[in-house]
Amino acid sequence: MSNTILKKENIDTIETQKKTEPVLMVSHLYKSFGDNKVLIDFNLKLNKGENVVVLGKSGSGKSVLIKCIIGLLLPDEGEIHVLGENVVEQTSSSLDKIRAKIGFLFQSNALYDSMTVRENLEFPLRRHWIKNNPDEVNQLVQQALEDVGLGYTIDMMPVELSGGMRKRIALARTLILKPEIILYDEPTTGLDPITGKEIIRLMIHIKEKYNTSSLIISHDMNCVKLAADRIIILLEGKCYAEGDYETLRKDKDAKVIQFFE
Amino acid sequence: MPVSTSTKNLLNEVGGISSFAGRFFSQWYKPRYEIAEFFRQCYVIGYKSLPLVGLTGFIMGLVLTMQLRPTMVDYGVESQIPAIVGIAIIREIGPVLTALIFAGKIGSSIGAELGSMKVTEQIDAMEVSGTNPFKYLVVSRVLAATCMLPVLTVMSDAISLYGSYLGVNIRGTTSFSLFWIQVFESLDFYDVIPAFIKTYFFGFAVGLIGCYKGYFSSKGTEGVGRSANSAVVVSSILIFIIDLLAVQITDVLGYN
Repeated sequence: MSNTILKKENIDTIETQKKTEPVLMVSHLYKSFGDNKVLIDFNLKLNKGENVVVLGKSGSGKSVLIKCIIGLLLPDEGEIHVLGENVVEQTSSSLDKIRAKIGFLFQSNALYDSMTVRENLEFPLRRHWIKNNPDEVNQLVQQALEDVGLGYTIDMMPVELSGGMRKRIALARTLILKPEIILYDEPTTGLDPITGKEIIRLMIHIKEKYNTSSLIISHDMNCVKLAADRIIILLEGKCYAEGDYETLRKDKDAKVIQFFE
Repeated sequence: MPVSTSTKNLLNEVGGISSFAGRFFSQWYKPRYEIAEFFRQCYVIGYKSLPLVGLTGFIMGLVLTMQLRPTMVDYGVESQIPAIVGIAIIREIGPVLTALIFAGKIGSSIGAELGSMKVTEQIDAMEVSGTNPFKYLVVSRVLAATCMLPVLTVMSDAISLYGSYLGVNIRGTTSFSLFWIQVFESLDFYDVIPAFIKTYFFGFAVGLIGCYKGYFSSKGTEGVGRSANSAVVVSSILIFIIDLLAVQITDVLGYN
């Protein structure tokens, strides 16, 4: 009997460890462009199944941070561990393998104008050498589109879609590789408040359905309030404050208050 | 000695283009080969340019013949029109004019396409999707432009000569077979081959400059327009420079 309880306790501990296991760790990150120091000793931890929002003013280096994480920019100093691998030290082929496990939703959606919605979604599958037969590919595309509620747009061109639909299609393209981590770069920028809320709900739904971890770059307080399990305020290139929405909202620091006013 | 800003900009531009060309030569032969994209670009760059190149070639042949005719009649050498037009079109006017039309159509379209992809983060999205955007976008387009311009030039030359045949027959009567016999008798191996070879360099220059301008486009939509525009200007200048060098080389080799 006691043995059974011990085993159960062990399993619970492993489950808890898994939940708090960091899937993304940014340590002592420095990045500058000429004399402009954008990130100065920045640190961040994203746990499995967690939604972390990096909140900051325009030009504070949020997008630079996310581009360093995905390997589009090389940091001057520091380490970025994604699923245990240091992104900074990877060759281009090993970086591609890591990238296959990360979804990236671009601020401008970055849908390929010359391709249909179907081709846009198939592109990451083909490029990451994921060999599937045409039926499987079709099924994956259909499923990703159903996840964002836009199955009927499969043969449309991006130019025929509204801003909100393009954002959803970009999200479907991000989902098609079943990523463990999703990086959202300003997911609600340029959308009206109603569509913005729909996108946030979709992000939460995706997190619950696929148990993904998300790093969300935003300055939209609606997005922060609804989607964040934890918030990191990026100010002057550093992690200025950290906590959940309620804790930071009650903070007395003038620089923190300005975000919540 | 102080160096002016415009000189610095020019040197920066030359350095940037040289380094971009170096990157192309270091990557084009390495796998992964973007064969499907290369053939798609051949279709877009080659096949879709054919109507414009054909039309301008036809008009060029016709007009050149009609402009030449009065002087030739004055000197009493009217019968030499097919030979003279043939040499002019095959050796110089055909390759250069086709390359300039090609620079206007393809150079600007590559510059604008890559420029808009750059400012809307599509190039970054490709990189994130496990694609080397330089190989997928640049290598395929530069190779397609290099391979397609010689083909277009041959077609344009042929269409120009048909235009010339029509021009000869507006005021005179020369049979179809006589016209072509006169054209081919006037042409030598050394007229055709150097002219054909230089079109590969023209195509390479147009493709490379279009890609360079688009790939490093900045400052939003205004930057895209500027990229398209400067792609045409720089590649047109390069076409004349390459032509000048080609003439000097063929002269030194004794092919003139």
